[in-house]
Amino acid sequence: MSARVAVVGVGQTKYAAKRQDVSMAGLVREAAKRALDDAGMSWTDIDAVVIGKAPDMFEGVMMPELYLADALGAVGKPMIRVHTAGSVGGSTGVMASHLVSSGTHKRVLVVCFQKQSESNATWALSIRLPFTGGSVTGAGGYFAPVIRAYMRRANAPDHIGIKVAVKDRLNALRNPYAHLKLPDISEEKVRESPMLWDPIRYLETCPSSDGACAVILADEDTAQGTPNPPAWIHGTAVRSEPTMGAGRDVVNPHAGRECAKDVYAQAGVTDPRRDLDCAEIYVPFSWYEPMWMENLGFADEGTGWKMVDDGSTAFDGDIPINPSGGVLSSNPIGASGMCRFAEAALQVRGMAGEHQVDGARKALGHAYGGGAQFFAMWIVGSEKP
Amino acid sequence: MSETTEAEGPVTIVETPIHLDFSYTPGVASSRFLRSIEQGRIMGQRCPKCGKVYMPPRGACSMCGVATDEEVTLSGKGTVCTFCVTRIPSPGLDAPYVSAWIRLDGADITSMFLIQECDPDEVRLGMRVEAVWVDEDKREPNLGAIKYFRPTGEPDADYDTYKDYV
Amino acid sequence: MRRDVAIVSWASFETPSEPARNEVEMLLPVIQEALGRVGLTQQDIGFTVSGSSDYLQGFPFAFVGALDAVGAWPPIRESHVEMDGAFALYEAVNVLQEEGIDTALVYAFARPSRGELDRTLALQLDPYYVAPLWPDARGLAALQAQAMKDSGRYGDVPDVPPTYVADGCVAVVLAVGDKARELTDNPVWIRGIDHRIESPSLGVRDLTTSASAKAAASTAGVQDVDAAWLHVPYPHQELVLRDALGLDGQPVDSAAGPVMVGGLERLAAAAAGIAGGRARRAVAHATSGPCLQQNLVAVLEGAER
Repeated sequence: MSARVAVVGVGQTKYAAKRQDVSMAGLVREAAKRALDDAGMSWTDIDAVVIGKAPDMFEGVMMPELYLADALGAVGKPMIRVHTAGSVGGSTGVMASHLVSSGTHKRVLVVCFQKQSESNATWALSIRLPFTGGSVTGAGGYFAPVIRAYMRRANAPDHIGIKVAVKDRLNALRNPYAHLKLPDISEEKVRESPMLWDPIRYLETCPSSDGACAVILADEDTAQGTPNPPAWIHGTAVRSEPTMGAGRDVVNPHAGRECAKDVYAQAGVTDPRRDLDCAEIYVPFSWYEPMWMENLGFADEGTGWKMVDDGSTAFDGDIPINPSGGVLSSNPIGASGMCRFAEAALQVRGMAGEHQVDGARKALGHAYGGGAQFFAMWIVGSEKP
Repeated sequence: MSETTEAEGPVTIVETPIHLDFSYTPGVASSRFLRSIEQGRIMGQRCPKCGKVYMPPRGACSMCGVATDEEVTLSGKGTVCTFCVTRIPSPGLDAPYVSAWIRLDGADITSMFLIQECDPDEVRLGMRVEAVWVDEDKREPNLGAIKYFRPTGEPDADYDTYKDYV
Repeated sequence: MRRDVAIVSWASFETPSEPARNEVEMLLPVIQEALGRVGLTQQDIGFTVSGSSDYLQGFPFAFVGALDAVGAWPPIRESHVEMDGAFALYEAVNVLQEEGIDTALVYAFARPSRGELDRTLALQLDPYYVAPLWPDARGLAALQAQAMKDSGRYGDVPDVPPTYVADGCVAVVLAVGDKARELTDNPVWIRGIDHRIESPSLGVRDLTTSASAKAAASTAGVQDVDAAWLHVPYPHQELVLRDALGLDGQPVDSAAGPVMVGGLERLAAAAAGIAGGRARRAVAHATSGPCLQQNLVAVLEGAER
């Protein structure tokens, strides 16, 4: 039986299109320092540092753990950098938790970030390799066809994506760190916003943000003595499948289903909709909410959109999804997965402020990346597992 | 600190251009495929373990972790399994343009191509399409030797025949 | 560590330049050899993790394509570090402490011959103050060699050759306790493993010593070793490492190896040395960053406790 691990500190930066008030080092320190303060710790209390971020070309820095060793108080300590594409924020949390559950370290600082304003993310996401021609621009160009296939499979009505887009941005108004603040958002505004990659509209798309998110993971001894309540990790899981494989289901990926089954089994979850109080899941394009509801077993295949339609996933619904505003409101790519994991932890610690889901005691954090092929999830709870 | 610096305020961004040269190698399996494309032939490759045909081949059957070898000639006709219409400007492409996941007859995965010679609003799931090639004397070993796909005019394929390929 | 972890199999490939095969084609036979030697398939592996750098391939998410070489179906428990594969192995050792995860596949790959390695590595430096000067990796190494000469501590310090460029890949299979004994008659046990990082500011560090290698060696428990396999991008660095690791006359096998691969390759080579009877207990080392900024040290042993 591996040792218990808890989240004892969470720190986030204000997410924005361009954080030109800080360097990369300043950005990660902002999140790390807030996490340390939350945990009642100083830099010297940390045994190891794990950072996670998406491609180096998004900032033009190769292997940034080398440059950030000073900024994150890692000099003289072990330091690792995880990179699993878009799921990296989540997989970093999972890998870091193993460093504590294995008994190797007692207190690990985990920081995920992206400062994509320092490079050109659209260029980086649209690089045309030689010999391949060119027929897609940006992540939306890849995911829009997948969404269309879901809409056909589920015979889902057109307005579902619009409802999610409104819900998440209204949730974001209650999150002081969120990038997009759109108090006037409405279904009409979303419907009339420009169509980017049909069927994805501008207001159904995530922003491009700079930001960092940090958590402190600690062993049971440490967690008993921290000033704020810990979020106990009840389960962690990662699964990957190939990019282009005969037999893949890109709309409802097997890797996502298997990853969910694994983390639910560890956490004793048999009916996620009933056993979880809320979930922070990776929704970069609004239609991914109903799709993930099915992939994660909250809804039967083909019915995920009904949970959106009937308000089940709203902040006052029976299973609030993305009470923080989610990726649709803030998207520093390398950090977004960790934001989901951290927000889930804040919920069960009762520290989510204005976007606190009343009485949340067990929550899911979820991240995905690549061609919907990399998945990382954790379940956290107020009680020890 | 110089007076100029004080007057202009703090530096908030530094532009540091990065220029690196790379030689890109498509790989042995891809090279065989690209040479055939140059000659106007579409050659998928079959996995010896699961028997599935990959187009374009990348060197391995990603599901089995085994090198693909046997070459399978594909006709250049296929079915639109899904697609999107991009309405934002993109370098080298006039918006709106249609990017479609097309399963070529005989292949077991889809590949992405543009669809042209019809209104973007006419494109639909199940539409039957065929490859339109760059002129023979201008072809290079490049997937772009297929300029785009266009509708064949055949009746749409049944949903059940293409729904499992996305 | 509660569960003993052993290296049970390995395979590697290195060439000055691999112009024809892509990363997947280069990796396929090496992964198949490493798994095949212990009669395992990908479906038997509990955790897979790799090390590589997108910047060596020249496009973001480049590492994703390498997964084709693994056969990730049904979906696998998998992760990746944008570092030398040795650090991926460190992750694997920790994940293997979990009940129910008994085997791991660790691999690393790189084809730096496709780019301009010396210049690319400049992007590892402070992006605001140092990288824009584009100091090449060889030049930085030479600063270290000069500092060593000036210190007078080392006698003859070798000149700094051109940065070693080679393409290649490595695959290593790990297993826990009884599983390891079941898979091979010669499991090579990882008795200790640790890594430390130093400041990126070259002017702040004492380049004539390696505080991080020394600290990692202490935690890993480097005592009573009869051989060493060191990851040495430039020959003068071997002197620093011998000193930091407290080596005193033991045979030392040093190699640069392909970048991102060389460190994991040293661990594999040390395991091969022990399994082949050339050593009983050895230290294996990996490094990352300019002038030995980050160092991983492992102690491997053939005998049971």
